[in-house]
Amino acid sequence: MAGVVVTNVEKAFGSTKVIHGINVDITDGEFVVLVGPSGCGKSTLLRMIAGLEEITGGVIKIGGREVNHVPPKDRDVAMVFQNYALYPHMTVYDNMAFSLKLRKADKSLIEERVRKAADILNLSQLLQRYPRQLSGGQRQRVAMGRAIVRDPQVFLFDEPLSNLDAKLRVAMRTEIKALHQRLKTTTVYVTHDQVEAMTMADRIVVMHDGIVEQIGTPLELYDHPANMFVAGFIGSPAMNFIPGTLRRTGGAAVLEAAGGVRVTLPGSVPGSDGQKVTLGTRPEHLSIEADGDGIRGSILVVEPTGAETQIVVEAAEQQVVAVFSERHHFQPGAPIILRPRPEAMHLFDTASGRHLASR
Amino acid sequence: MASIPAIPYQSSWRSRLVENKNFLGAVFMIPAAGILLVFLAWPLLRGIWLGFTNATLGREGRFIGLGNFISLAQDSVFWLSVFNTFFYTVIASVAKFALGLWLALLLNHNMPFKAQIRAFILLPYIVPTVLSALAWLWMYDAQFSVISWLLTQLGLIDRYIDFLGDAWNARLSLIVANVWRGIPFIAITLLAGLQTISPSLYEAAALDGATASQRFWHVTMPLLMPIIAIVMTFSVLFTFTDFQLIYSMTKGGPVNATHLMATLSFQRAIPGGQMGEGAAISTAMIPFLLAAVLFTYFGMHRRKWQQGARDD
Ligand SMILES: Nc1ncnc2c1ncn2[C@@H]1O[C@H](COP(=O)(O)OP(=O)(O)O)[C@@H](O)[C@H]1O
Ligand SMILES: [Mg+2]
Repeated sequence: MAGVVVTNVEKAFGSTKVIHGINVDITDGEFVVLVGPSGCGKSTLLRMIAGLEEITGGVIKIGGREVNHVPPKDRDVAMVFQNYALYPHMTVYDNMAFSLKLRKADKSLIEERVRKAADILNLSQLLQRYPRQLSGGQRQRVAMGRAIVRDPQVFLFDEPLSNLDAKLRVAMRTEIKALHQRLKTTTVYVTHDQVEAMTMADRIVVMHDGIVEQIGTPLELYDHPANMFVAGFIGSPAMNFIPGTLRRTGGAAVLEAAGGVRVTLPGSVPGSDGQKVTLGTRPEHLSIEADGDGIRGSILVVEPTGAETQIVVEAAEQQVVAVFSERHHFQPGAPIILRPRPEAMHLFDTASGRHLASR
Repeated sequence: MASIPAIPYQSSWRSRLVENKNFLGAVFMIPAAGILLVFLAWPLLRGIWLGFTNATLGREGRFIGLGNFISLAQDSVFWLSVFNTFFYTVIASVAKFALGLWLALLLNHNMPFKAQIRAFILLPYIVPTVLSALAWLWMYDAQFSVISWLLTQLGLIDRYIDFLGDAWNARLSLIVANVWRGIPFIAITLLAGLQTISPSLYEAAALDGATASQRFWHVTMPLLMPIIAIVMTFSVLFTFTDFQLIYSMTKGGPVNATHLMATLSFQRAIPGGQMGEGAAISTAMIPFLLAAVLFTYFGMHRRKWQQGARDD
């Protein structure tokens, strides 16, 4: 096992630069998730760690050793591909045994390792099947089996669950997490799904257009997003953003937004009078008020899911989503005043998108 | 509301017959079967029949049983042609396969002017055989051979090579020409096969610790095998029955040294006038061709890993 240190790493395909200097320090045994919208460079970064892609600039170290020019086979990393990349002409057993056979490992050792991995992954009954004869979830497990049989320094996963149906995805999420807790192998996991990132990661690296927006534990990112991108990307349903103008009168601060919306802010918020700011508030941090200021609007849609009820409110010339776990009687078209909980409010500078201060 | 008249339910035997899949299938196959029968089976059967007669050019002939085959069995020229055919087929096929695969692997890499090179590779295949035979004839010419000229200029030989005048030289020269002509077909087909192999398999193998040659033997070759089986069967069939190249370059000479069964058959039947004997030589090729086809049939037989069926 080993840590992975990525320092100022850049990547260009020809003249197109896709990764612009990334720094990530992954400690030994950690489960780190790279998350970001499609095309932001997650796979490219992962493939550079694996050695499948040249590193244009910067340094990647695995276990303290610089690997920039080390070929993939000598990096001692295992990767699970999005399409699984199982060898179609080999049985499940041979797929898992392949790397050990190449290393001329003892036959009994191979047998033992493969059986053990198959046991962990519930594949024991399928060892003589060919990949074509397996379901998506089974193939996914074989791909993982192939990785764990090798007992590598680092596991790399590139969107391993994106070809599975929703239910299986949730089950496999748990399985991978449990596997990591059992093996404690350093893991870098790529996904575009923030729920996957939140539920699985020790730490999340949020990427966007080839840069790192923020690194932190799931709750750090949720509670203290560094900017509007992270705030909007992490959390489901997504954070509401209400752009407006900051007004300071004496010790008080107020956000004035379109449609006559006024939200009182804690007097301690930074920012100057007249500054263009955006209020960020999560749907679950809104409360219903009878009167006073707040986000005034009318109910557009009511979506009960049983455990909670989500409403979409037309306010400040946009749609604001709110979620309540207690039951209210909502009437589409009825007026409503929503007030963000002051301690869970976020204020961003509209121009730069940067967080002005938490709370 | 207007009532809709019910469609009368027909259950006459005719309507049931017309709905029957097997019956319809048979009906639709009749034209194709007819065409095959008239244009393939008939000439083939007629050829085989001729082999059992003493027909000559212009005379119908009568059934003589195995007469032609018995006399061929004692005919050293026939046995020479059998040897030549096998020699030609085996050496040329192996060479075509090796070079074709090598070329396909090269072309499967990223390289500048890839599209142009691929098009260029096809040239020998596009040029009519007779035309390329003429070109080779010129290159193999005893006095004007560009190959001999080059080798003398390089100081490697001091006398022009008699490419087509010596038995072994002629056999090898024909094989070279055949290989040259056959490579594009194999290279392009194998290239198409290579391109169906997902790059992530190579990446997975690389991460699994496979060297380039291990990736070739453990990933490329097994996955290419089904296509190799097809393309090599066709190649063997075409080479075994080759006629044009031989006939336009040596006509089987010198002194029958390069006769293949196909050229000897033609030689005996048309210029020689012995239709029955020529047909018998052709007929003698059938078992070998059949063996080649059966070999492929089993070679090409869907491998276990290609089958999608689940066994539970
Ligand atoms: N081999 C390549 N050649 C050129 N551009 C590439 C190549 N691979 C990826 N890219 C580009 O790099 C960017 C990042 O790609 P990728 O890492 O696959 O994104 P992600 O995995 O985050 O969806 C994309 O804009 C993509 O078009
Ligand atoms: Mg990707």
